[in-house]
Amino acid sequence: MPQIAQLAEFYSSQIFWSLVFFGLTFFVIGRGMVPKVMGTVELRDNQIAADLAAAQAARDAADEQEEAWRKRENENRAAAQATIAEAKAKAAAKTEATLAKAQTKIDAKLEAAEAAISEARTSAMAEVETVAAEATQDIVSRLAGAKVDKRTARSAVKKALANG
Amino acid sequence: MAAEAGKVDPMKQFQLEPMFGSSGWEIAGVNIAFTNSAFWMAITTVLIWAFVFGGMKRQLVPGRWQMAVESFTGFIDDMLEANIGKAGRKYVPYVFSLFMFILFANLLGLLPIGLLGLHPFTFTSHFTVTGVLAIISFSIVLVVGFWKHGIKFFTLFVPHGTPVPMILPIALIEFFSFLIRPFSLALRLFVAMMAGHVLLKVLSSFVIDGVNAGVGIGLMVSLPSFALMVAISALEILVAGIQAYVFALLTSLYINDAEHLH
Repeated sequence: MPQIAQLAEFYSSQIFWSLVFFGLTFFVIGRGMVPKVMGTVELRDNQIAADLAAAQAARDAADEQEEAWRKRENENRAAAQATIAEAKAKAAAKTEATLAKAQTKIDAKLEAAEAAISEARTSAMAEVETVAAEATQDIVSRLAGAKVDKRTARSAVKKALANG
Repeated sequence: MAAEAGKVDPMKQFQLEPMFGSSGWEIAGVNIAFTNSAFWMAITTVLIWAFVFGGMKRQLVPGRWQMAVESFTGFIDDMLEANIGKAGRKYVPYVFSLFMFILFANLLGLLPIGLLGLHPFTFTSHFTVTGVLAIISFSIVLVVGFWKHGIKFFTLFVPHGTPVPMILPIALIEFFSFLIRPFSLALRLFVAMMAGHVLLKVLSSFVIDGVNAGVGIGLMVSLPSFALMVAISALEILVAGIQAYVFALLTSLYINDAEHLH
């Protein structure tokens, strides 16, 4: 086994060069370069963490704004609804008032018309009586040759009308 | 390697050879020959540097390469955070270096560049190297433990709720298991890497010897051996990753002991 056979001859060289090259590796690479590599990694990790935090904050802000917008929107909608309801109520009231006015007018017209009709009927009745009385006078004078005065004829007509 | 002679020495791949005529290099009387092992350590270091450098563009949206590097650092970071907690972050540079150094070494040792006449060398198959890494890890545990807890670090050897008469034997057992940690850490990696490579070399010698012995034996021995080599190579890639992971994981567990006692 050369490791043992050559031990006496080369142990010092082996130890020396191991120390030299491992020392170089440690001081140049391990101490000099590795911290920089790890620094880069840490920098990146921090940046990613910061970016994530910023994104989270932005999302929170967006959520907040959306919430506010929704609230405003709801308020606006409620206000609009209220306006519509008010307008509806106003329109309904107005319509009612107009209708009521029209109704009174119509009622008045109807009353007047009824009154006119009843008047017309009365006058027509009177006319009929007069005409009937005259006709009765006429018929009596023609048939009986007797002269009947107006008052008698009229009362007779009235009696007949009331009976018939 | 020694295929021309019809014989494969499964141990030759672990042979250390000084390169560039450096066998006489010395510092303060100690030999520091630049061997093939050191050469592959250099390659490992350069490749890790290139790998991590490619991931240093610091883009906000990472490319594939940067993503790969970041997933490695993130992997170590997660492991330390899971085992040690927030205090584990400061060990990321060390555990990352350890993990990548072992992982790249293991994987480079498996490169099939023998086809090009080159010899890959797995320096994690030498306990001198894994021992150095294990001792560094163990030293960090000791330093952190005594730095944070002072003399109270010794309470690590007495788990909570130990009955009074059991304190001494349990402390002894805990103490020895603690002392054995660097050895188990070093030997586990060294043995796993060596065993895999020896197995592959032995199987490859079966393939070569079988072919040399004729068509009949070649079909009976070489073909199954070769199929097994393919499967074991895949397994070795897995082992390369697992051993690097185990080394880093155990190191982080030991550091956790030092950070938090029990």
